Amino acid sequence: MQEFEPRIVAFLCNWCTYTGADLAGTSRLQYPPNIRIVRLMCTGAVDTIYVLKALIEGADGVLIGGCHPGDCHYQTGNYKARRRITILKKILNRFGYDEDRIWLRWISASEGKLFADTTAQMVEELKDKGPNPIKQLWMV
Amino acid sequence: MSKITLKIDDRQVSTESGSTVLEACQELGIKIPTLCYRKGLPSYGACRLCLVEVGERARTQLKAACTFSLQEGLVVRTNSEKVQRTRRIMAELLLARCPDSEKVKEVAAELGVTDTRFPKKNEDCILCGLCTRVCSELMKTGAIDFSGRGDTRKVGPAYDKHSPICMACGACQVVCPTSTATVEDVATRQARPIASDYNAGLVSRPAIYIPFPQALPNVPVIDREHCIHFLTGACKACEAFCPAGAIDYSQEDEVVEIEVGAAILTPGYCIFEAGQKLELGYAWYPNVITSLQFERLLSASGPHGGKIVRPSDLKAPKRIAFIQCVGSRDAERNYCSSVCCMYATKEAIISMEHEEDLECNIFFMDLRAFGKGFDAYYERAKELGVIYTRCRPSSVEEIEQTRNLRIGYTDEDNHFVTREFDLVVLSTGLRPPAEVKELAKKFEVELDSNGFALTSMFNPVESSRPGVYVCGPFSEPKDIPETVMEASSASAKAMALLTEKRGTLVTQKEWPPERDVSGQRPRIGVFVCHCGVNIGGVVNVPEVREYAKTLADVVFAQDNLYTCSIDTQESIKKAIEEYNLNRVVVASCTPRTHEPLFRETVRDAGLNPYLFEMANIRDQCSWVHMHQPEEATRKSKDLVRMAVAKARLIEPLYSMPIPVKSGALVIGGGMGGMTAALNLAEQGFEVNIVEREEELGGNLKNVHYLLGAEDPQRQLGEMILKVNNHPNIRVWMGANIKSVDGFVGNFKTAITQDGKEAEIEHGAVIVATGARERMPDEYMYGSEERVVSQRELEEKLARGEFEAKRVVMIQCVGSREGDRMYCSRICCSQAIKNALKIKEDYPETDVFILYRELRTYGFRERYYTAAREKGVRFVRYDVDQKPLVSAANGRLRIETKDPILGSMLQIDSDLLVLAPAIVPQDDVEDIAKMLKTPLTKEKFFLEAHMKLRPVDFSVDGVFLAGMAHAPKNVEETITQAEAAASRAATIISKAEYTPEAIVCSVDEDVCAACGICVSVCSYDAPEIVTVRGKRVSKINAALCKGCGACASACPSGAVQQLGFRAKQLFEMVSAALE
Repeated sequence: MQEFEPRIVAFLCNWCTYTGADLAGTSRLQYPPNIRIVRLMCTGAVDTIYVLKALIEGADGVLIGGCHPGDCHYQTGNYKARRRITILKKILNRFGYDEDRIWLRWISASEGKLFADTTAQMVEELKDKGPNPIKQLWMV
Repeated sequence: MSKITLKIDDRQVSTESGSTVLEACQELGIKIPTLCYRKGLPSYGACRLCLVEVGERARTQLKAACTFSLQEGLVVRTNSEKVQRTRRIMAELLLARCPDSEKVKEVAAELGVTDTRFPKKNEDCILCGLCTRVCSELMKTGAIDFSGRGDTRKVGPAYDKHSPICMACGACQVVCPTSTATVEDVATRQARPIASDYNAGLVSRPAIYIPFPQALPNVPVIDREHCIHFLTGACKACEAFCPAGAIDYSQEDEVVEIEVGAAILTPGYCIFEAGQKLELGYAWYPNVITSLQFERLLSASGPHGGKIVRPSDLKAPKRIAFIQCVGSRDAERNYCSSVCCMYATKEAIISMEHEEDLECNIFFMDLRAFGKGFDAYYERAKELGVIYTRCRPSSVEEIEQTRNLRIGYTDEDNHFVTREFDLVVLSTGLRPPAEVKELAKKFEVELDSNGFALTSMFNPVESSRPGVYVCGPFSEPKDIPETVMEASSASAKAMALLTEKRGTLVTQKEWPPERDVSGQRPRIGVFVCHCGVNIGGVVNVPEVREYAKTLADVVFAQDNLYTCSIDTQESIKKAIEEYNLNRVVVASCTPRTHEPLFRETVRDAGLNPYLFEMANIRDQCSWVHMHQPEEATRKSKDLVRMAVAKARLIEPLYSMPIPVKSGALVIGGGMGGMTAALNLAEQGFEVNIVEREEELGGNLKNVHYLLGAEDPQRQLGEMILKVNNHPNIRVWMGANIKSVDGFVGNFKTAITQDGKEAEIEHGAVIVATGARERMPDEYMYGSEERVVSQRELEEKLARGEFEAKRVVMIQCVGSREGDRMYCSRICCSQAIKNALKIKEDYPETDVFILYRELRTYGFRERYYTAAREKGVRFVRYDVDQKPLVSAANGRLRIETKDPILGSMLQIDSDLLVLAPAIVPQDDVEDIAKMLKTPLTKEKFFLEAHMKLRPVDFSVDGVFLAGMAHAPKNVEETITQAEAAASRAATIISKAEYTPEAIVCSVDEDVCAACGICVSVCSYDAPEIVTVRGKRVSKINAALCKGCGACASACPSGAVQQLGFRAKQLFEMVSAALE
């Protein structure tokens, strides 16, 4: 049987993590091709609906990447994201859904390596978890 | 060359004659294994892995693709059973020759061969001849060649002796697929790698290189001093390699003449050559490095990817020592480099965050954490376990066996101690680069004995020559915020000088009329970029292009070698016209660098610039999946599909320019406020100064002399005169701000004066409200009249009322402890200034300064030295053992512990002088509330960014100067005030303010006026208003920064971020997971 290849949707802020992902490229750091990146201006603009939409449509994991605390281009967008994602995870947990499929990470524009490592690590952990069960759960 | 057509793997191919089958296949993205082919070198056909089948039916032959030329009508099969079988045998033969070579194993494995049936020979070299060809053909040297025949054939220098003609260029080593060829085996001389400047010499770099990852433009440069081509005329490998043909060896430096009205010199700094300090061992020991090298080690983009390893054995050190003041504060360089204490602290903190069980020990003399927020950071470092040892180490010696280092120093108890460390980091000081001497000569500006530019206290960015300004560490060592302030200040000076000429060199670009695409069905054009081999070498670009054509609404798709080239831009415009495209998608690099260019292209073709979308298939695909071409191609298709999905829903966006009121309001009439106002007035803007007191001058009124010869009262008097007489300035004395309404470019402020109220309109605000001394409540201040503050002492000295045989000064009274965990910055210099004045006018008076750290940063150090020479006695005290003050026998008795003597010191004194803390004005909170600007915990105004935007606020149109920001000296206040004026001028010098186009907007039909958007916004952009009788939220586009926080918070979806609408993102997510 072919190895399970998780699919990750990433919402990255324009100023830090998206730029960090670009730096991973200019530095030619290799990471698994399982990730599809959606660029946003700020993690504060990540509506939890987007995360749910990705999970419902079959993403095995969602990565939200923003600026380190205190470094937000819009002052506090990353704090807003942190609050929202924390609440979302709590709610999902209540439904018996594995909250660790959602990763919120602070990766700065100069941390290309951290971005590559984070992606690789996330792919590894999702491989252990197996496919997103939401479709089956949905049927019930 | 002519066009020929041939058939490769059943595909009709039309290509240029003159190339080989291998080259044609590579262009088509057909992968053919090879070990002996390299672009730019003549083909040799040695490895036989690239065999292909040519000819038709029974008349086929196996040929090496790398040497077989294309012919008209040729039929080539690259993957037939026969080809596969033969390649596998070749791989087996190679594997038999070199069974341990990783590269051979890798290539064989790709062909499905993991073992060989032939007898193993255990050689290293596969005789591919790449090294001999590169040596003779490219380098024109011929230091190595084949010798022997049959199974004794081998590669080496003549007679197997090291060759004197070898240049040790290392080309053979670079091209060798099995890593067998080495320079050491051939050359008589030693290979000398070129040290990488970017990595502070820790690793080497090639002679053609991109100076650093974020370089602009991000293109390689050739180091002519080391490039073989420039040295011998040979090589030209890069020219052969570059598919864009971008290498041009004939380029020369040009002399360009430009006429300017002002010049700003910013040559920056160099670090002190640590090798000069022989006792610290940098010249000999590999594990003694400079702080800049350590900074590179810490960096994720550094030589070891952010892993802290020491140079001798690449092992992680467990004990790191930082030695401060290397090349600062010594006899030759009698200045403090100002930044080293903090960068060492930062490096220590980061290292300890990186590695567990790491010990960081900082050896220092005075910890000069004088900047905003620095002392709190220093305290945090101590909490995290950074060890601070007060001493100046006298020696660093290497322990031969372990290559560890032994540091010898005298500790505070006067004992000589040695301690062992794994790594020693020297905090090297700052000095001007050597080239500044020539620069100064060209510009005729004067330098001081250390090579820093001469400036004066009241004109901190003016050089000795009018019209030539300097900023940054060129005039004095300084940190980033001060440098940024000086840069803005220098531009303010230049703008004031050149006011009449402002805007005269600007030409407006003419745009064609914009096409109305409303109501049209999307007609999308997709342009997929090869980016030379950057994308095309990994991703199958033609396949992606063909795929794009299958997507709904895509009416046109093409691939381009370089989409950003001028001719492709033209072809995009042509395609927009020809196919009536109304959306454009480019799949290439990152929108961060290229979106503006492509937006301009589509605008040039008559489309709204926001009808454009990008798919990042290079930085986030081909470059990061270089060894997975199939997956990368699949991912590129996904990314194109996502971009097209969004493109279907994108809409034209506009930003509506808002008219700007040209004047400025300056709050505060001290030195900072006046400086800012005068600069703006000189630039031709109207300025209103609001001062709550009845006279101008602020704190400087109480300053009677300075370190240095300048007379502050004369300077202040001149400034007040200029301000009062300037036709563009109106001063409101004894006035207060009642309210501030409006936003950037359009403020309306109510002022109260003498019970009357006035209203002024202005485009920008400068906050220069200053700070004040905190009245001490310790050391008997207030109850004993012989206890005075430094300011009161200065007053006495200036009036000639000073009378004392012995003076004791206590520093840090109320600063750096408790709620005021910050340094008041000016008091050390102030104490030394007053001490020097006493020593000058009353030489027989004894002066004692009791201090915690002496923070005479920058050139102030010289006065510290002078004070010690004049006999001022400095005694350090600890915060947990403060001096005790009592009145005894008609004198004041001060008792303090002298850490050098180790015992209590009793000083009977006639006068005790305290250095009180600098605290914010009492009404800052009111002003901050009116301006909607944030404050720090200590109630100083909080700038937009501590380092990079030190005079801006997060609120547009409001700027900051002077002690309202943090305690600072008069020259720093002047710099920041001019910087604030410069920043304000960027707004009020324009007739209009163009806000972001990507902003949030409200669908009023859906909005329920719940106000969540109002509470979420950091910029006060949304407001609840009544429109046609309905309460709705309205977003002020002038204030909106387009972060989208309100859109994601809106419970009804009424607020949408333009360019990132929820439905656009939904479509992207669905497309990603299709």
